[in-house]
Amino acid sequence: MSDIDYILRAGARAKGKRPDFLGDPSSERMLSILLAVVGEVSVLKERLDTVERLLDSKGTISRADIEKYQPDRDAAYQRGLMTKEYIARVMRGVQQEMEAMQTDEKPVADISVDLRDN
Amino acid sequence: MKREDVPPPYTAVTRHEVFPTPTHDEAARFNFLTAFNKYLSGVVGPGNKLAYEKRVLPAFRAEHQRDPKDRFEIRHAMNKDPWHRFWSACKRNSMEMRQQNGRSMVLRQLEALDAKAREFNADRPTLELNPSVATPRYQNAVDIHCMPGSYHGEERPGDVSAGANYDCGIFATTAGGLGALSDGGGQALVEWIKRERPGWTPKRILDVGCTIGHNIVPLALAFPETEIIAIDTAAPVLRYGHARAQALGAKNLKFIQMNAEDLSRFPDGHFDWVQTTMFLHELSGKALPQIIREGVRVLAPGGLMLHLEQPQYSDEMPLYEQFIRDWDAFNNNEPFWSAMHAMDLKKVIEAAGLPRSSQFVTGVRAVVDPTVFPVAASGEKEDHGRAAVWNAYGAWKPQS
Repeated sequence: MSDIDYILRAGARAKGKRPDFLGDPSSERMLSILLAVVGEVSVLKERLDTVERLLDSKGTISRADIEKYQPDRDAAYQRGLMTKEYIARVMRGVQQEMEAMQTDEKPVADISVDLRDN
Repeated sequence: MKREDVPPPYTAVTRHEVFPTPTHDEAARFNFLTAFNKYLSGVVGPGNKLAYEKRVLPAFRAEHQRDPKDRFEIRHAMNKDPWHRFWSACKRNSMEMRQQNGRSMVLRQLEALDAKAREFNADRPTLELNPSVATPRYQNAVDIHCMPGSYHGEERPGDVSAGANYDCGIFATTAGGLGALSDGGGQALVEWIKRERPGWTPKRILDVGCTIGHNIVPLALAFPETEIIAIDTAAPVLRYGHARAQALGAKNLKFIQMNAEDLSRFPDGHFDWVQTTMFLHELSGKALPQIIREGVRVLAPGGLMLHLEQPQYSDEMPLYEQFIRDWDAFNNNEPFWSAMHAMDLKKVIEAAGLPRSSQFVTGVRAVVDPTVFPVAASGEKEDHGRAAVWNAYGAWKPQS
């Protein structure tokens, strides 16, 4: 074990003023926290997948088995697909906002009036 | 779903002997970031252009009665767009998370990594460090690509933390596009030269700004008879790079800590290949031409000068593309990126003594094992700034 406080030092800030993306420091921090949690949920999902695969193949697991588990090509593909699906779910709002930019839509209230009258 | 649409797992990274050992969850963190980066560039990246065309450009035209005149005007306009801002915030966070994940993995096992590096480095004539080499201003004005400590930072004296952190995260940042050893660029150079000059064996090669040597080791292995020197100003990456090269069997490769602005330790015409790979954008307006001049001086007549970079901006490149290629310059601590890519490199190389008639530009794509690693996307879905697709700006030095 290193004498360095590796947890503290891992999070060292990079020198150089951080751009203001969202116009509000609280929003910036909320997004940082949220994306870190999004990442950690992905890690948990992958770990659970490892546990399931080890149970399928061996009927038993140990921490050492989990640590040394290396997916073969098919398992890696399935796990990659799982992460890809997961990210698509998490990022749905961003992706749909992008789709919305492709169209010029009237508010549904306008359509409602239109349907009522025509 | 095609296989290449799903990135390879972090466990596909080759763990050479000085590579940090990931825990299950550390690998999973990189897997997440790999997929997340691929999502940001591939799935929602095109949204930036959409925002530009659908609302930012029309608003700009309405306000100014003209089109933007350069990439900076586009940037200022896009930085007001909520969609681009949110996308950029996600991307910046991904870069920051990559640093924290990599550093966490490296620093918790730093003792072991340093010990391993010492095994390969102690008393080897192929590693020459010089503590009197100052860190150039262009390397420490900010921490390049948000890498805390940049290339030269140490967590404790004499460590390899910066090199190990750099090495372990390239896979996630490039979504596996550089292959198992993150050396797809170096592999591409080997393939290119074997095609370009079949049978040629250079006597001496100089690699300038080598960092951890991932793009020079393939050349060292391909030309075992060639004497190769790789230089950088940052000791931590050289310590790591030397140990890594030795672990991979590249014994004809010497790492020297020195500043390429002054290559006076080498006589004129000493090398018959002088190169940089993804290095010129991390210099300054004064240092770049000086380094090219020194490179030309130490290059032998008939020798090859080669600089691998992302494509330069030109009048033919749409301003929007220039803007999006500039993202890292302002959002990922690459302060010379924008100015460098707008330079006329051909002119700089010409002024350094290699006439236009001796110059060439050629496209280079990372060479990876396609059964495991993706072939880099280009075009609209390209991850601009870190796609494994480059231009090589080169010249064969005239004989007289």
